[in-house]
Amino acid sequence: MSEISGKIIAIYGNMVTAEVDSKVKQNAVAYCCKSRDGIKLKSEIIRLRGNEADMQVFESTRGLMVGDTVEITEDLVSVEVGPGILMQIYDGLQNPLPQLAEECGFFLKSGVYSPPLSESKKWHFTPLVKPGDKVQAAHHLGWVPEGIFQHKILVPPYLSGEWKVQEIAKEGNYTIRERMAILVNEKGDQKEITMSFKWPVKIPMKGYAQRLLPSEPLVTQQRVMDTMFPICKGGTYCIPGPFGAGKTVLQQITSRYAEIDVVVVAACGERAGEVVETLREFPHLQDPKTGKPLMERTIIICNTSSMPVAAREASVYTAITLAEYYRLMGLHVLLLADSTSRWAQALREMSGRLEEIPGEEAFPAYLESVIANFYERAALVKLYNGQTSSVTIGGTVSPAGGNFEEPVTQATLKVVGAFHGLSRARADARRFPSIDPLDSWSKYTGAVLPDKVPSARQILVRGNEVSQMMTVVGEEGTSIQDFVLYLKAEFFDRVYLQQNAYNEVDQACSLSRQEYVFSALLGILQKEFSFESKDQARKFFFQLQSLVLNWNEAAWQSDSFKEIEGKIKELLK
Amino acid sequence: MRTVYNKIDQITGNVVSLKAKDVAYEDLAVIEGERGVSLAQVIRINRDQVYLQVFAGTKGISNRDQVRFLGHSMEISFSENLMGRIFNGSGVPRDDRSPLSENMIEIGAPSVNPVKRIMPSRMIRTGIPMIDIFNSLVESQKLPIFSIPGEPYNTLLARIALQAEADIIVFGGMGLKYDDYLFFRNTFEKGGVMHRSIMFAHTAADPVVECLLVPDMVLAVAENFAVQHSKKVLVLLTDMTAFSDALKEISIIMEQIPSNRGYPGDLYSQLARRYEKAVDFEGRGSVTTLAVTTMPGDDVTHPVPDNTGYITEGQFYLRRGWIEPFGSLSRLKQLVNGKTRDDHRSIMTACIQLYAKCKEAREKQAMGFVMSSWDKKLLGYGKRFEQEMMDLKVNISLEKALDRCWQIMAEFFEPQEIGITEKLINQYWPKKNV
Repeated sequence: MSEISGKIIAIYGNMVTAEVDSKVKQNAVAYCCKSRDGIKLKSEIIRLRGNEADMQVFESTRGLMVGDTVEITEDLVSVEVGPGILMQIYDGLQNPLPQLAEECGFFLKSGVYSPPLSESKKWHFTPLVKPGDKVQAAHHLGWVPEGIFQHKILVPPYLSGEWKVQEIAKEGNYTIRERMAILVNEKGDQKEITMSFKWPVKIPMKGYAQRLLPSEPLVTQQRVMDTMFPICKGGTYCIPGPFGAGKTVLQQITSRYAEIDVVVVAACGERAGEVVETLREFPHLQDPKTGKPLMERTIIICNTSSMPVAAREASVYTAITLAEYYRLMGLHVLLLADSTSRWAQALREMSGRLEEIPGEEAFPAYLESVIANFYERAALVKLYNGQTSSVTIGGTVSPAGGNFEEPVTQATLKVVGAFHGLSRARADARRFPSIDPLDSWSKYTGAVLPDKVPSARQILVRGNEVSQMMTVVGEEGTSIQDFVLYLKAEFFDRVYLQQNAYNEVDQACSLSRQEYVFSALLGILQKEFSFESKDQARKFFFQLQSLVLNWNEAAWQSDSFKEIEGKIKELLK
Repeated sequence: MRTVYNKIDQITGNVVSLKAKDVAYEDLAVIEGERGVSLAQVIRINRDQVYLQVFAGTKGISNRDQVRFLGHSMEISFSENLMGRIFNGSGVPRDDRSPLSENMIEIGAPSVNPVKRIMPSRMIRTGIPMIDIFNSLVESQKLPIFSIPGEPYNTLLARIALQAEADIIVFGGMGLKYDDYLFFRNTFEKGGVMHRSIMFAHTAADPVVECLLVPDMVLAVAENFAVQHSKKVLVLLTDMTAFSDALKEISIIMEQIPSNRGYPGDLYSQLARRYEKAVDFEGRGSVTTLAVTTMPGDDVTHPVPDNTGYITEGQFYLRRGWIEPFGSLSRLKQLVNGKTRDDHRSIMTACIQLYAKCKEAREKQAMGFVMSSWDKKLLGYGKRFEQEMMDLKVNISLEKALDRCWQIMAEFFEPQEIGITEKLINQYWPKKNV
């Protein structure tokens, strides 16, 4: 590969400008070579003007000098995909962090990069095609076992047109660098296929037959999400909330209990401590569906707040590209990005250095389209072999001051299918998950009695109205009917919308249990009660509440579950 | 011999620019003039034009002053000799003792690899019940103290320095009033912790931008003591709002587009890079950070406390002279308070719930409602609780503090009124003298 080189002429923060004379691609990878110590810093070309190329450097630019050489490659910023991605922990540029730790110890070191996939590990390959078969991009040539999945070996999606299999490897053990197949097309071009290929992160990896409308609910086992504000496989949702409202806990719970094949966790510019919890706990937690450690279905992309900002921008794309790759194997993938605000801030930092005319709160004017393009990469698709598979994106947003009017939240709300707004008031009142039941919405149809949900919501809305009225006129000035409505809303909130993440049973609520409990509670909400006094009403609902809370903590269909159900029925008589 | 430049092209705010060659980004330079010597750092290079941020400010610098580049970025000497020393914001001794030049280390070094982090598991006892019982401080935690300017936050910080279980205390003062600087120095000396403390103090009288280096120097020293000497290091920073304001000043001079109330768009990253230095190094020592963040106008949505809240693992609110039990939060307390004494968690919940009810009763009282006997119990409890637990002067061990909680509760309530399981009541409820 011919390498083009240039000379640095300006340095400002992590933006470096170089003078180049030959052909340079936008978004190509370049290396800034520090003449002082010979360290090469990875960077990306983000703007070309005349013979000046502006680059964002993925590392600290300390020690770079004007006149230092820049080596510019042909490749765009890419990830390498192939077997061995699952269970990995990557930084934003797909460097495996455990390997870096082995090489460098406690601290990350600038200029040290490591190959994302093991080149020596042998994978057991089973072919799915035979010589003479016609294939095209994203067709499955064979598979290797990767943890609990059949990892399909794909015809790289960048190949266009129809190809004929000329040669295919026999069943056996191979490394990712060995030739698995030779494909030829009509023109006589030959392509050698290995188990891995590179893909530029900013270009969506397509290679499916068609996009479908998301319709199958994605079960998270969180009642307020599944029943009230459902999400669908292939859909998108966002979780904005002020600090301390429990965004990250909600993401962690979702990554554990979501009924999905693969989870990609993108820790983007958030606390390292939170990733550590996932890193240390997932290998020991069991996936209830497969009985294997949760780690086996998880990929972690970890570019925490103190890691270089430019790599933070890349990390979100790295994550979505890996998710899209597993989608092409017929798997359902959930991408959890925490937090997209930090990613937007990285865009803002770079935009400022490029001296672009700013939009609102100094975010770049193209913020909305960048966010929209990202969320649009989520989709439910039909593959060429007829299988359906999906990528679902759930992104948290950390609005400044907890104010949802800010640009990132607003741009996100325009493009997502569901909005789970967290409120500080609920978090302060320890009502977790603190998803606001009045402000949040979802455009998807849920799996839990979707026809009945509006009536439950109606009670919440009216209960809230009564509660606001009560702050003005006091309890004395409220009619007993209104007061009972208020109690019903509070009761439903406490026993159904809130869920105890620290209780072994209550932390995950299966779909069938949700249906059962929800319809039982709906009966209570719609029942007419006649109480003599407000105190009596309050006492009754307290009693009911404590019973249902115990019910929530009893294992589904266990003896104690049935026993408590009996007590509830008794009380309601 | 390095080139000396004699011509400064431009002086704006605390930034000067000149034409120079072979200068690397973030290198240090020395500017010598009639006013003396001041340190500067390269913050932008555009072809041969170099922009320098002058730490001592540009007052009195002339366009013919001498500029000499040192050929390296900011470094600080690291050795045992640092103990008991006091430096200013440029790393120059403030204590009339000789400067240190052995074993220079880089400041602002790369971050810790997340996979090398471990789950925090050890509590740091401070002798302050509001911290120990209700929001335990955990080794490797980063916690801000949110406070309005008039609160005794520096007193609190000094008390934590004296009482906390730590091998080494590294103190970083930014925009300190001179009185406060003397207060810290005297308290450390009298309290007998000076021999294991290192102070970096930038006072309000010093040039504003000089405080920009303070957190980096403090954390570089702390990190090296933790990794190389396996020490348990406690980092105390006051006040991070002054630091952020200095960042704001520089970014405005550099004509960066401000994002929110004049603060630069990278405020979050700048703060995070420093706070994230709090780490428990497996098999070595640890760095724990407590940082005061004054909230202008008691407004938690101000960009500095707001961004800080997203970074840190909880926060202490200092209000009306004590650590506010509501709103204050140590996100890591669950990791340690199960291992102290079996009644710790129950006491934590019960006391706060009763205190919350006491506040409700006070509101009722203020509105002129009749106080029931239950309300009176709550009022009495609340008063005792404030005097004997919340007051910042209280200095007792965790166990004694838990016992005291039991006593206060027993004085006003019946055992079944406090919402603690029978098992614990039987074990700990103080027996009344008959």
